[in-house]
Amino acid sequence: MTFFGNDAWWWPYLFILVAGWLATDVWRFLGVFIGGRVSEDSDAMVLVRTIATALVAAVIANLIVFPGGVLADTPMALRVGAAVAGFAAYLALRHSMLAGIIAAEAVLIAGMLIGQT
Amino acid sequence: MSGNPSSPITDFSTATWFRRGVRAAFSLPLLMLVAAHVGFAGLAREAGLTLTQIVFATGIVWALPANVVLVGAIIGGAGLPAAAFAVALSSIRLTPMVVALVPEMRGSRTRTWVLYLLSHFVAVTSWVIAMQAIRGVPREMRTAWYAGLGGTLVLVNMIAVAVAFALAGDLPPLASAALLLLTPIYFLTSLWSSARERAGYVAMVLGLAFGPLFHLWTPGFDLLAAGLVGGFGAFGYHLASRRWGAT
Repeated sequence: MTFFGNDAWWWPYLFILVAGWLATDVWRFLGVFIGGRVSEDSDAMVLVRTIATALVAAVIANLIVFPGGVLADTPMALRVGAAVAGFAAYLALRHSMLAGIIAAEAVLIAGMLIGQT
Repeated sequence: MSGNPSSPITDFSTATWFRRGVRAAFSLPLLMLVAAHVGFAGLAREAGLTLTQIVFATGIVWALPANVVLVGAIIGGAGLPAAAFAVALSSIRLTPMVVALVPEMRGSRTRTWVLYLLSHFVAVTSWVIAMQAIRGVPREMRTAWYAGLGGTLVLVNMIAVAVAFALAGDLPPLASAALLLLTPIYFLTSLWSSARERAGYVAMVLGLAFGPLFHLWTPGFDLLAAGLVGGFGAFGYHLASRRWGAT
């Protein structure tokens, strides 16, 4: 039942369909089902928005604190520092997303270059 | 619709708003999403997926965190049920996002199946762009606008993943790390911009703090737990601040 456990050409696509598409779109469809019954300014909607926001924020923090790939080889302080610098620049420069990204990347790249020498 | 003299004009402006949705897609968030998908293409290629499988997954799953979890499960040799469960857990957050968007997208004549179809486009980027801009779109044109926006985002990223896979020259570690940092910083700033009320900021700060904590305490349920605890905490703040504001 693993991704590479069956040689049939269609198996990987079935795997992606069930484990990827179904496992994802079922939540979207549920959202449409619920969403038709709730007013957007109700307290319930505020709660739904705060839960969604906290969930995505958790994804963000985990990508920074527990990253994959090459980023996992960098010190955590550097990654958190880069994120803080990016967010500070974003806030300081009138919510400019580009400023936030440039600041964060600059801190990360500088830190990695210093770490190499 | 029959005998309505204004319907040709309505059709024309539907196409206009669809095109405006397409144009709204070409933005800084799209650029960053493309960069994040380039990183994903590298990850998936290393996992042993083929070009068509990666492009297929990009379009059919259409939530980068879900796709990253899916590829992670494939790398870890997970069986189909275990992989599906992990992806499902990472995608629960899509329900409240769709719940929040649907009342804003629904017009008086909107058919429900259209909403089900369009809900597939909901992921962080299109949701953030829509929550920022959809109130500037006439209510009856919002589904057309969102179809243009979402369809364009999906298509461009499927192309980006294909191109990245084909080129796939091994990036130097510095460029690779910079690319991987792009996704969280992009989410960090765009999520802050999309907050509707003060409680949204509180929810974000709580989620940032609880995500890594629950990752250590309850691995596998970290996102769900952080979302619920942070979400209810911020909602408590919302209720409390309104009470104090009213008295």
